[in-house]
Amino acid sequence: MTSTQPSSMETREVKKKEINERSFIRKLLKNRIAAFGLFVTIFMTIIAIFAPLIATHAPNEMDITHSLLGAGVDGHFLGTDNYGRDLFSRIVYGARISLIVGVSAVLFGAVFGTFLGLIAGYFGGKLDSLIMRTMDGLFAFPFILLAITLMTVLGQGLVNVIIAIGVANIPGFARIVRGQVLSVKEEEFIEVTRSLGATHGRILFQHVLPNCLAPLIVYGTMSIAGAIISEAALSFLGLGVQPPTASWGSILKDGKDFLVLNPQMATFSGLAILITVLGINLFGDGLRDALDPKMKV
Amino acid sequence: MSDVILKVENLDVHFRSSASIVKAVNGVNITLKKKETLGIVGESGSGKSVTATALMRLLPKGIGSIPNGKITFNGKDILSLSDKEMRDVRGNEIAMIFQDPMTSLNPVFTVGDQIEEAVRTHQQMSKKEAKKKAIEMLKVVGIPEPEKRVKMYPHEFSGGMRQRVMIAIALSCNPKLLIADEPTTALDVTVQAQILELMKSLQEKNDTSIIMITHDLGVVWEMCDKVIVMYAGNTVESGTVETIYENPLHPYTWGLLESQITKNTLNGDKLPAIPGSPPDLRNPIPGCNFADRCPYAKEICSTTKPQPIEVELGHIVSCHFQTNSNRLERKERVYIE
Amino acid sequence: MGKYILKRLVDLLPTIFVVAIIVFVITRLIPGDPAAVMLGPQASVEDIQELRDDLGLNEPLHTQFLQYIGDLVQGDFGVSLTYNQPVISLIMDRFPNTLVLAFSALVIALLIGIPAGIISASKQNSVMDYTVMVISLIGVSIPIFWLGVMLVLYFSVNLGWFPATGMGTMDEGFITYIKHLVLPSITLATIPMATFARITRSSMLEVISQDYIKTARAKGLKEFFVIGKHAFKNALTPILTVLGMQVSALLGGAVLTETIFSWPGMGRLIVDAIDKRDFVVVQGTVLFIAIIFVLVNLLIDVLYKIVNPRVNYSSGKGGEGK
Repeated sequence: MTSTQPSSMETREVKKKEINERSFIRKLLKNRIAAFGLFVTIFMTIIAIFAPLIATHAPNEMDITHSLLGAGVDGHFLGTDNYGRDLFSRIVYGARISLIVGVSAVLFGAVFGTFLGLIAGYFGGKLDSLIMRTMDGLFAFPFILLAITLMTVLGQGLVNVIIAIGVANIPGFARIVRGQVLSVKEEEFIEVTRSLGATHGRILFQHVLPNCLAPLIVYGTMSIAGAIISEAALSFLGLGVQPPTASWGSILKDGKDFLVLNPQMATFSGLAILITVLGINLFGDGLRDALDPKMKV
Repeated sequence: MSDVILKVENLDVHFRSSASIVKAVNGVNITLKKKETLGIVGESGSGKSVTATALMRLLPKGIGSIPNGKITFNGKDILSLSDKEMRDVRGNEIAMIFQDPMTSLNPVFTVGDQIEEAVRTHQQMSKKEAKKKAIEMLKVVGIPEPEKRVKMYPHEFSGGMRQRVMIAIALSCNPKLLIADEPTTALDVTVQAQILELMKSLQEKNDTSIIMITHDLGVVWEMCDKVIVMYAGNTVESGTVETIYENPLHPYTWGLLESQITKNTLNGDKLPAIPGSPPDLRNPIPGCNFADRCPYAKEICSTTKPQPIEVELGHIVSCHFQTNSNRLERKERVYIE
Repeated sequence: MGKYILKRLVDLLPTIFVVAIIVFVITRLIPGDPAAVMLGPQASVEDIQELRDDLGLNEPLHTQFLQYIGDLVQGDFGVSLTYNQPVISLIMDRFPNTLVLAFSALVIALLIGIPAGIISASKQNSVMDYTVMVISLIGVSIPIFWLGVMLVLYFSVNLGWFPATGMGTMDEGFITYIKHLVLPSITLATIPMATFARITRSSMLEVISQDYIKTARAKGLKEFFVIGKHAFKNALTPILTVLGMQVSALLGGAVLTETIFSWPGMGRLIVDAIDKRDFVVVQGTVLFIAIIFVLVNLLIDVLYKIVNPRVNYSSGKGGEGK
C-alpha cells in the first residue's frame, strides 16, 4: 500500500504540470505585450550574436580625422565618436557586452543565491540566521553601490563586472528561494519522501528546487534587465569593461562630454539600453502573470 | 397603499462581459410594505444578490445595467435619481449588510470610525456626538463594553460580533429599508439564531422593512412575511410565507424544500444541491429555465416560456402545469438521493 | 510605540554589524591589493609597501578588524589620504546635499506616482490607465544616467531653461536654488515614481474588489472617499514595502545623478574618491549609506504599524496583539 502511494502521487503531479504548462503558454501568447517583449529580447540577442555581420565597421577602428561626424556622413550610419569610431558598429557590439554581463551576472547570482537560500530555508536554525543575516547586510547596500564598491577593489574588466553585479544579485535570489523552500518544506509530499528515506540532497534538488522554479525564472528575467542597467551604469562611471571595448554605458559616458558636438552618441547608446531593458521587463511581466500571478517584483 | 415602501416593477439587469450580455435578472416584481420582511431565495447565481445590488444602484460601473424596470422607493423613482441624490438614499434610507462579516468591515479602521462615518455622512453631527452615537449603536446591537469596543479594530471581534457591528452601521441612520444579503450564512448555527433575533427585535423597534436574501428556507420561515423564489434570473414562485410553506407549487421550490429537509436530517452545514446546473444566461433558451433539471418536465417546457399565473390570491407561479385548472402531483424525494 | 522603536533599534545592531563586516571583507579579503589599486599601475613596490603600512594592511587580519570596529564605534570612519580630512567630516559636508536631492525626488515620486496609480486602478482599462501603465513601464526600464544626460541635452543645452550642473545656494536666491534642483531631482525621481505608480495600481486593484469597499459604497460615501480613504489605506502596505526598497534605489541613483549634474553630495564624493583611488573614503561613505538605509527601514517598519493595525507590536516571542 505504502509503496504504491508515491507513484500514484507522481502521476497526479505530472498530469497537473502538463495542464499548467499548456495554460501557461496560452496565457503567455495571449498576452501580446509580453510577446512583443520577447520579440524585442530575441531581436537584441540576434544583434549581439551576429554583431560582426551587422556592424558596418570594426568597432574599435579609430580614425581621428573623421571624428564626431554627423549621422549618415561618409557611410557612418549614426556618425562617429570622438575617436572617429563608427557609432552604429560600436552600439551593435555593445549589445554583446550587455547581454553577456546581463545573463552571466544573473546566473552567477542565481547559482550562489539559490544554493544559500536552499540550505538556509531547508536546514533552518543557526545556519539559516547566519546566512540570512549576511543577506540582510548585503541588502542594506544599494545594488549599484555594492557593485561600485566591488569594482573599485576588483578593478576594471569584463569578468570583474560579472562578478561584481553577480554578487550584488545573490541576496535577492537567496531571499526568494528561502521563502519558497519554507512554504514547500511543510507540504505533504516532502514529508512522504522524507519518510521513505530520501537524503537531504535528493529532497532539496529533486523535490524542493523544482517547486522554486517559477518564481526563480520570473525573478531571474527581471534581474537580467537590472544587471544590464547596472553594467551600463558601471561603465558610465568608468568602472566597467576595459576601454576600448564598446559598451553602451561607456559610449554614453563619452557621449556625455560631446553632447553639443555629437548628441547621437549619448542618445542612441541610451536608447539601446532602454529598448533592451524595456523588452526584457515586458517579457518578465508577462512571465509573471502567466507563471506566478501572486508575485510582485 | 401609502404604506408601500418599495415597489419594483419588471426589473431587468444585464451584465456586459467581453463578448456577450448576461441577462442576470428578468422581470422581477417586488411589493414591500412598511415593517414587512421579504425573503428572496434561490441558489447562487439565481440573481437574488444582483437584484439587491440593483436596488442600491451599486451594480459594477460599465458592466452592469438596468435596461428595463422601475424602482419606486418611498415615493422616489430610484432609477432617475442623480448620483448625489442616490448617495443620500444609500446608507441613509436603504442600508445593506453583507454575507461575510469577516471581509465586509474595513480592517484598517476602528469599528467606531466606521459607524461614525456612516452617521456623519448623512447627518450634521459633531465628531463627539457621532462617537456617542457609535457607542449607543454598539449597545443597541448587544455588544458588551461598547465604550471599550468602539476603539477596537474588526480583527479583534468574532464573526458574530462583526455582523452585529455591520448591523449597527446599517441601522445607524434609521433606514426605512434594510437589505440583508445572506447575513447569517458565514456564521455558526447558534450565532445565526442570535443575529436573526437581533434583526427582528430592531425591526420591531424601528419599523424597518427588510429584504432578506438567502438560500436557507429556514431563515425565511423564521423571519419573513413574503417570499420570492428565484431561479436563473426569473421569479418562479412568490407569495406569503404561509402559502409557500403550506402549498408550494413550483417544482423548483419543491427541490429547494427537499434539499432543506435532507440538510436537516443529515445535520450538514451545506445545503445539498439539486443535481444539474442553471442554464447559461448568455444564451437565453426558448423554454422554462428550469426544464433541464425538472423531473416533471415535458416537451412544452423546453419550447415555451411559462407565464406567471396567480393561482390563488397573492400566490404567483410560473409553471406550465400549475394553473388554475391543472395541478401537478408532487412526488417524494425526486431530487436528492 | 516607543518601546517598539527601541526594540527594533536594538534588533538593528546585528545588521549594522554585519554591514560593517561586509565592507571590511570586501576591502580586505578580495584578491587585489587595495594599496596597489590606490596607487595605480605605475607605483613602485616600496611605495605600495609604505601605503600598506599606513593603512595598517600589514597587520594580521583580526587585529585590523578589531581596530576597524573599534574606530567605527567611536564614529571614526578613517582619514582620507587625498583630502587629508576625517572621512566622517567629508561625509557630513555632503550628506545634507544628497538629502535635499533624494528628498525632493522622493516627494516628486510620491506626489505623482501614487495618484497616477490610484487613478489608473479606479479607471481600469481606460485610455488613462493604459497611458499610466506604458509611461510607468518605460519609467522602470529607463537608465536614469541616460535620462539625466537627455534632460541636460534638451533643457539645458538646447532650451537653456535649467542649469546643467552644480547646486545653487540660498544666497543666490530661491529661484536659482530650485532651478538647479529641477533636473537632478526629476532624474532621480523617475524610477521610484514609475514603481510607485505600478505598485499602487496593482495594490489598489486588489483592494477595490474587496467586500468592505462595497460596504463603503452602500454607506452612501462619495466615490472619492471610497477610493481615497477606504481603498487606499488598505493598499498602503505594499506601497510601504516598495518605499523601503526605493530608498535604496534613491541612494544608489544619487551616485549616478550627482555624477551627471556635478551635485556636491555623497555619491559625487564616492565617484571622486574612486577616481582618486581613495578607498578609505569609498569604504566609509558606502558604510554610511548602508547604515542610513537600515535606519530608514526602521522608520518604515514603524509606519507599517501605524497603517496596519493587524501588525503585531511585539513581533517574535509571545506576541499577543496589544
